[in-house]
Amino acid sequence: MTVTVDESFAGRVYPSTGTTLVTADAVRAFARAVRAAHPSHHDAGAARAVGHADVVAPPTFAVTLAQAAEQQFVADPAAGIDFSRVVHGEERFTHHRPIVAGDEVAAELHVDRVRVVRGNAMVTTRTELTLADGTPLTTVVSMLVVRAPEAAPEAEVPA
Amino acid sequence: MSTDERVEVGTELPTARYELSREDLRAYAEASGDRNPIHLDEATARSVGLPDVIAHGMLTMGLAGTVVADWVGDPARVLSYGTKFTAPVVVPAGAPAVVEVAGTVVGLDAAAGTAEVDLVVTSGDEKVLTRARAVVALR
Repeated sequence: MTVTVDESFAGRVYPSTGTTLVTADAVRAFARAVRAAHPSHHDAGAARAVGHADVVAPPTFAVTLAQAAEQQFVADPAAGIDFSRVVHGEERFTHHRPIVAGDEVAAELHVDRVRVVRGNAMVTTRTELTLADGTPLTTVVSMLVVRAPEAAPEAEVPA
Repeated sequence: MSTDERVEVGTELPTARYELSREDLRAYAEASGDRNPIHLDEATARSVGLPDVIAHGMLTMGLAGTVVADWVGDPARVLSYGTKFTAPVVVPAGAPAVVEVAGTVVGLDAAAGTAEVDLVVTSGDEKVLTRARAVVALR
């Protein structure tokens, strides 16, 4: 038995549905959670002293903005993804300009690749995070594995 | 690190060791918005075949990202960062899990002023991230 992810979703683009405001509180809480103590994350004055408008998000903070966009595809019943069988395979961030508190971030989701390998579906999405005027912030590439129902547990592990 | 003069291929980053408790997972769930119960609830984790609650892969990736940012001296100098997730970090109720991060410079681009860092991230004897690589600006 194989999973039934709809391969025709490859190439689909989900335009931004609005912007999300990055708050200083969100940046600080995320920084604390990943033990990032650098003053740029916590102290607006320190961040401004090195040229930023406000506190700077840690390198993986962008995932919080990308995951919301990914849900448009992952949670679309037509895509056929059983979320209880989804594990995170890969993640990659390319930063064009650091995300800082006060940014109003738009997210455009691209489904770059859907392929079924040995019964497991591998889904690669790319979320382009920009300011409302199109200024690029971060490209987030995420590969999710949708495990086949009878796949051995050690074949792919949740992350 | 204050200048790029001392950085060469083979330069090792200071190693880091993090303890992760259930409370740390709850804090990451709140901060990231990822409230998947396999990171919070034992019964749910076991029902999908896991030995116990596991840490968010993105939390582990985030900790290793902190190691790179601290080494380069400015989080805004982390230009790109990617990894594969290969094994979960199991977090028992009674004792925290331990995540250890080591890093080595594997490439330099003098013209661009960047270095590529390869990270080795383990918990117990298991490699939990593989091909974890970051490119940082040295100046």
